[in-house]
Amino acid sequence: MSEKYLPGSHPDLPPPKTLVGPVAWIRDNLFDGPINSLLTLFAMYLLYVIVPPMASWLFLSADWIGTSRDDCSKEGACWVFIDVWMQQLMYGRYPTEELWRINLSYVMVIVTALPLFFKAVPGKIKGLLAGVLLVVYPFVFFYLYVGGSFGLEFVETPRWGGLFLTLVIAVTGIVASLPLGIILALGRRSEMPVVKSICVVFIEFWRGIPLITVLFMASVMFPLFVPEDLSPDKLVRALAGVALFASAYMAEVIRGGLQAIPKGQYEAADALGLSYWKSMLLVILPQALKLVIPGIVNTFIGLFKDTTLVLIIGLFDLLGMAQAAATNTDWLGFTIEGYVFAAFGFFVFCFGMSRYSQRLERALDTGHR
Amino acid sequence: MSEQQRQVSDETVIRLIGMHKWYGEFHVLKDINLEVKRGERIVICGPSGSGKSTMIRCINRLEEHQQGQIIIEDTELTSDVKNIEEVRREVGMCFQHFNLFPHLTILDNLTLAPIWVRKMPKKEAEELAMHYLERVKIPDQALKYPGQLSGGQQQRVAIARSLCMKPNIMLFDEPTSALDPEMIAEVLDVMVTLAEEGMTMLCVTHEMGFARKVADRVIFMDGGEIIEENVPEEFFNNPQNERTQLFLSQILNH
Repeated sequence: MSEKYLPGSHPDLPPPKTLVGPVAWIRDNLFDGPINSLLTLFAMYLLYVIVPPMASWLFLSADWIGTSRDDCSKEGACWVFIDVWMQQLMYGRYPTEELWRINLSYVMVIVTALPLFFKAVPGKIKGLLAGVLLVVYPFVFFYLYVGGSFGLEFVETPRWGGLFLTLVIAVTGIVASLPLGIILALGRRSEMPVVKSICVVFIEFWRGIPLITVLFMASVMFPLFVPEDLSPDKLVRALAGVALFASAYMAEVIRGGLQAIPKGQYEAADALGLSYWKSMLLVILPQALKLVIPGIVNTFIGLFKDTTLVLIIGLFDLLGMAQAAATNTDWLGFTIEGYVFAAFGFFVFCFGMSRYSQRLERALDTGHR
Repeated sequence: MSEQQRQVSDETVIRLIGMHKWYGEFHVLKDINLEVKRGERIVICGPSGSGKSTMIRCINRLEEHQQGQIIIEDTELTSDVKNIEEVRREVGMCFQHFNLFPHLTILDNLTLAPIWVRKMPKKEAEELAMHYLERVKIPDQALKYPGQLSGGQQQRVAIARSLCMKPNIMLFDEPTSALDPEMIAEVLDVMVTLAEEGMTMLCVTHEMGFARKVADRVIFMDGGEIIEENVPEEFFNNPQNERTQLFLSQILNH
């Protein structure tokens, strides 16, 4: 500290020891003053009370191997229950000999999506793969799942269930709501009064009613007004309801992004002679969507979990299947295991989406405006 | 001065005839009449709120006028989208805050409009972009993002971006007002070069040195009206209107 340097020749010195290193970290973050120290101790106590019994129930004193409830002898969780019901939890009552169709679709998605995670893959190929994932696969999978053509056996939708059904509903909602939401958001900001009012009415209508109402309307009310043979399948009606419901929320999230783009960006695009759609697609939307990735993913996660509501119209998703299994007379009393497993399933997907969105935000960050 | 005037032709490229504009109740532009010849360099100055930015923004229809006519190279600006896009293709503009597209690299910023508006092949557009980046002396920044450049560099990129559309007319809306003092010169240098090459230019600026050096005419606006216009020498040395004298004394006495 006491050394003197000539003006202009002062070197960069290392920071004082108290600023870096693990000891400094612990002091700064855990024991930074009396209140913080007390809170740290309290948190440690809570962890001590909660974690060991939980770990014991989940793992240490749990039953893992067996085929019936007689194998559940220990005090902890009985994962035999989950093991026995696994097929129903994953696929519902989809015929066993046709399960390869679902598994094939999973493999196709994974194989197609995997290259998107690697930096070395050129952008053009990535765009192509994304296009296949979002546009081609939905139609392919529709035929694959339903069957009835190309020599595939017809599988009626009431037999669909479990995690498979959850994914079908959630992915349909996600894939349909983003483009619909973009169009609605642009429409709501349109200067054309008719377009604008249609979009405002649409968004406010769907945002104003609960999803349960939408599903009830789709499954109970809709057939009352439309003749039986004209009315589409119950699952299709639910899918449409979920997609429209989600697109209204998506529209508002995206509108927030559009409003956050400085006016200068719109003006610069205009001044260069770009038409409305070109300036939206090339200049405004890429920035606006990037800005609202957290909001978009938030809506996706909400949508993913809201799919559990289809239980009330008699569709059995992952949670519905877990509940149904726990009410089977041979397996009464295993509700907790069912719920924990369903929660775990939902957590894996939601947490995955959350992590992916953070990754995407970092990858797309080109810095300051 | 004489050398510059030789480049000005007789052909009128911008005509503002009895133009009025209102923001709601507020009458921003009052009876604006202005003719600009091809190759002419015009500097517009005036106190803030005088309508000078609004006027040049009307020329490429970033703002709508309510009365009178604006005719750019035989195309009249009306609400006809086709006419507007035609004019915007021929008129380049630089903004006070650069307005580069932050999600694109410098090169992509420059090639965007040539590719999507002029339908130019990508390769050709990139060559054109590099040509103009060299003109503004920053070809080595082509693959960076706007956020990584200094203000002066960003403004030069913005000028190059406009030039890539090969405009006949350039509008500058206070291009140096948002810059740190040490960066103003590099932007003005580019503008002077452009002026010397015979570009038709309308500049809203407070850089009176630039006005003296390159302008064919200086226009003074106040309260939404053109108060006075003259060649720079007369304008600065012998202002006629009281308000012009007051304005000049305020900005030149520091």
